[in-house]
Amino acid sequence: MIVYILCFILFLVGLYGLITRRNLIKIVISLSIMEFSIFILLVLIGYIDGGIAPIIPENVTNPTYVDPLPQAMVLTAIVIGLATTAMLMAIAIRLYRKYRTFDIRDIKNLKG
Amino acid sequence: MNSLIPLFVIIPLATAFLIPIIGKITNYFAKTITPIILLALSILSISFLFYGKHESYIIGGWQPVENIPIAIYLVLDGFSCLVLCITSLIGFLVSFYSISYIKKYTSENNFYALFCLMIAGMNGVVLSGDIFNLFVFLEISVIASYALVAFGVGKNELEASFKYQVLGNIASFLILFSIALLYWQTKTLNIADISKVLQNYDNSIFLTFTQIILITGFGLKAAIIPFHAWLPDAHSSAPSPISAMLSGVLIKAVGVYVLVRLFFNMFVFTYEIGVLVAVLGTLSMIVGSLLAINQWDIKRLLAYSSISQIGYIMIGFGIGMMILTKGGEASIAVLAIAGSLFHMVNHSVFKGLLFLGAGAIEFRTNTRDMSQLGGLSENMPITSTTSLGASMSISGIPPFNGFFSKLIIIIAAIQGKFYLLALLAVIVSIITLAYFLKFQKSVFYGKNKNYKNIKEVPFAMSFSMIILVILCIGLSVLAIPSIREVILDQAVSSLINMDHYINLVIQY
Repeated sequence: MIVYILCFILFLVGLYGLITRRNLIKIVISLSIMEFSIFILLVLIGYIDGGIAPIIPENVTNPTYVDPLPQAMVLTAIVIGLATTAMLMAIAIRLYRKYRTFDIRDIKNLKG
Repeated sequence: MNSLIPLFVIIPLATAFLIPIIGKITNYFAKTITPIILLALSILSISFLFYGKHESYIIGGWQPVENIPIAIYLVLDGFSCLVLCITSLIGFLVSFYSISYIKKYTSENNFYALFCLMIAGMNGVVLSGDIFNLFVFLEISVIASYALVAFGVGKNELEASFKYQVLGNIASFLILFSIALLYWQTKTLNIADISKVLQNYDNSIFLTFTQIILITGFGLKAAIIPFHAWLPDAHSSAPSPISAMLSGVLIKAVGVYVLVRLFFNMFVFTYEIGVLVAVLGTLSMIVGSLLAINQWDIKRLLAYSSISQIGYIMIGFGIGMMILTKGGEASIAVLAIAGSLFHMVNHSVFKGLLFLGAGAIEFRTNTRDMSQLGGLSENMPITSTTSLGASMSISGIPPFNGFFSKLIIIIAAIQGKFYLLALLAVIVSIITLAYFLKFQKSVFYGKNKNYKNIKEVPFAMSFSMIILVILCIGLSVLAIPSIREVILDQAVSSLINMDHYINLVIQY
């Protein structure tokens, strides 16, 4: 149970950073933290107490395996996360070149 | 395995990767191949729609083990076929329009590559029968759209793209979180299989929690009102053809489509969820239209009106859900859902046309400020006429298609005894008419102050707009009951009959 709570706290850390930080790069980092808390949750879902990696070993009868599907899902999700982070960073750097600042309080042409 | 379904994903995806390679050799490859493949795909999807072809395709040929599907499925039924038609057809017209429009940007090849990637992602979302695979396709299409919004690399474009990405990423986390929760409880990812497991599942608090997370996630993608903050910025900053794609197709394919698909075919929806959907729809309908009145930027006005029209679509589905769960007359629910689907098709046609028209104005005058424009109807007759048609259609004036779809939704609301909803829908329709009259008057009529010597747009742009305005009138025939039964009711029946979808995937 404690692991799930820690995972939730990690999510809240990311959310806190996203809401309070004014720096574009720090916002991107906060988003990554939130993202990874969800990845950890996915891995935890597939974990079984005392389970081993899902590879058939020799000389062991009826071993307990952890669920391999969430692991595959997390690997895919990490790749997607890489793409989104790279995209965010690219836009942040372009914004810096235009405005000469990372502060979102100075970047407010649009009103939403 | 002689199925043609995977072509909808494979062809655009392969083109997206071929364009940067072959584009280095010749400049004409990208702009010829993109409209051609999208025309081919739209012909294919329309033929599927008329033949009523419903089938599923197993990627990799991994057959089910003990009736449990283990492979990734692509499922084509009436509803997904309808959305595929919209994606391909609007995609074709928009890519044809771009041939002239995109000349003012530098890297045409990148534009077309990202465009094809976005189409591939959306087709994948629409076809996928597996929620994690759906998430992957969704990310493909939205990452391409993040890049396309920032395509102008000006100050506004970059800021809009950053805002869009932050909110879009939060939506993706919520969707991934809900997928994790669903997998935790059901130990499967296949939509049909999940729905089979959930039929004998009684942890209702957990299910409601998952449903709320899903509504929040896809509501952010569909820009329903409390989650709409990114849409006006992103849709007005993107290049005009992309605005037409985003507003016309993307928010439906990755937002509304998935919500409807999951709630009708995966969860056993409750009355409360129906009320929630209807309330969110009403809110976005009213607030979106009220926010649109005061806009002086053409594309921002259109973007806010998109929020308002998405509200109409959600209301129809909400009414259908409420009637179905309360055990009311099924025919009224069918009418409401058919009206929603009809409005979804219509909205992508006329909103695409309006954004293309706004793009044509921007192409010639380099401004989007309505107070600067005026009297363009003499200089740009085609743009003026087509925009007038689309404006009349969106504000619900017969004989244009928008009138009939709104009429069907309102009739269903009255028959289902939701009088307040019907009244609000009529009032919002009048407000819509008001702000489109303002748009027409200040752009095309009145006195021409600053732009006396501009010409009509080139052929490629006017051609797409003319085809779309013909569609605006021609789609009205879908309101005739016998034609409606062939096209819309197929989609409705594949939504309402849960077994239909499950049977496509799992053969008992």
